[in-house]
Amino acid sequence: MSGFTTNVQLIYVLAAACFVIGLHLMNSPATARRGNQVSIAGMVIAGVATLILLIHDGTVTATGWIVLIAGALIGSAVGLYAARTIQMTAIPQLVSMFNSVGGGAAALVAIYGYYQVEHTGGVLGSTTVFTVLDVIIGSVTFSGSIIAAGKLQGLIGGQPIIFKGGRLLNLVLAVVAIGTAAYMLTTASLPALLIVVLASLGFGVMMVLPIGGADMPVVISLLNAFTGTAVAMAGFVIGNWALIVAGALVGASGGILTKLMADAMNRSLVNIIVGGFGTGDSVAAVGGPVDAQVRSIAADDAAIQLAYASKVIIVPGYGLAAAQAQHGVAELGKILEDRGIEVSYAIHPVAGRMPGHMNVLLAEANVPYPQLVEMDDINPEFARTDVALVIGANDVTNPAARRPGNEISGMPILDVDQAKSIIVIKRSMGHGYAGLENELYFNPKTSMYFADAKKAMTELASAVKTLVA
Amino acid sequence: MSTALVTDLTIFVLALLVGIEVIGKVPATLHTPLMSATNSIHGIVLAGALLIGVTAHNPVGYVLAFIAAVFAAANVVGGYVVTGRMLKMFRKKAAPAPVSQGQVSQESLVTLNGHKGLKGLAGKLGIGRDQS
Repeated sequence: MSGFTTNVQLIYVLAAACFVIGLHLMNSPATARRGNQVSIAGMVIAGVATLILLIHDGTVTATGWIVLIAGALIGSAVGLYAARTIQMTAIPQLVSMFNSVGGGAAALVAIYGYYQVEHTGGVLGSTTVFTVLDVIIGSVTFSGSIIAAGKLQGLIGGQPIIFKGGRLLNLVLAVVAIGTAAYMLTTASLPALLIVVLASLGFGVMMVLPIGGADMPVVISLLNAFTGTAVAMAGFVIGNWALIVAGALVGASGGILTKLMADAMNRSLVNIIVGGFGTGDSVAAVGGPVDAQVRSIAADDAAIQLAYASKVIIVPGYGLAAAQAQHGVAELGKILEDRGIEVSYAIHPVAGRMPGHMNVLLAEANVPYPQLVEMDDINPEFARTDVALVIGANDVTNPAARRPGNEISGMPILDVDQAKSIIVIKRSMGHGYAGLENELYFNPKTSMYFADAKKAMTELASAVKTLVA
Repeated sequence: MSTALVTDLTIFVLALLVGIEVIGKVPATLHTPLMSATNSIHGIVLAGALLIGVTAHNPVGYVLAFIAAVFAAANVVGGYVVTGRMLKMFRKKAAPAPVSQGQVSQESLVTLNGHKGLKGLAGKLGIGRDQS
């Protein structure tokens, strides 16, 4: 490493520091925007440092410059367009696509590094193990994330796609990838590289295909961790600290979120990685209290309960976002607040299609963030709540989770049944992802308001308005 | 194992620990923007993509460099823009509803000032949950 290159490495350290500080500032919504700006500053610094390196090196050909500049401009334009136009409900797809291209770029860096060694007849150095790991992880992330985005977008069925021998094929692909990778370590061989890339791409597809829509928060988090790891590996390959630090940070973040999501869904991480994906979707319905009665109410009755309450907790689930009802909910919440009613939103960790998704959807609908309360903080509040309004949430409110011996036993839930009265807005008595009857609906304190969430919000809002006018 | 590699590994492990420490403190409310922000951070791979250019002197190199640059640039630019868009929506108080012209300037000024002044305080209070 020449003196000049060493000095540029110091600039990269500055960039890495910006990333850490930027993430640190994200510990509060009040400072999060500044955090993002600090992070951007770090990225600009890293970009400039790289350009200095390229210019100082002077070996980039004219064609090389054109290729790099054209690539960067086209990529930026695509990224900018996607980021500007995306709907907030579609954020998980976009994040997944960014995971995909990030992992893909990291894999390409390693693929090129390996190709270069083979091409110039160089010796495989001690970093080859990282090169190979980068190729595998990057390729798996690339194809896996595309499948995940396709599922989220509805291009590929949200139901788990399982076919005979799928598990076996997956195992074969993994063995081929790892076996050939081991060979690559000792002998520089392009065919081996190609086999590893193809097997890894295949493995990525096969890994995500059998996963049901409800497990998407875990999958996205896991792929996020993969991308981070791939980028860190790319950092080892080219000996760049900024990539190593950034990759490690993303890997840590993805890992933490994966664990949180897995815990919130009551599945062990091992169970998920080894291939227990989507099992929750295939479970047959378990008999609930069949003879029990549910009480059905109309908008006017629900409005009376809400309008004369002093504390209301709204429990939104993915059904709310699916019905595009978040703006309606926010409006209803605002009307109740204006009447002096204490309104808060209980957010279960897996509400939505990715970690924290529901918060973004409600923030977009202009709900102030202090009203968005996490599960552990809101649960003690239910006991002194007059009305809990459940919209499009199912399994996460099922008291059966507190008892052993069923599909969701042990899953952390929102203690909705503690509220003085409960209103559930639902289209029908259909089951949640666990295929389990929700005991909450048969609670004597519960009234069912059968309607589409969006329509129900409009009806409720106008009913409350007429009532208090 | 070379010294450089040991240094790299040390940096990796320490960064991983720092990441766990820092990210563990991010509230669930911000988990989607957090993932999006880390998403843009891994766009740093753009530096790696550009560095391919140093030794890429044949069509294979050019093609790989081009694809890598497109991927990484889309990742970094898109990631930061969408994170910014999301974070902009997180407000402490509901934005004032559109009111008649006379009132508008006064009200929004108060809200804006209040927000600015509270910024530091809210930071100290964590996410400032449960206003009641």
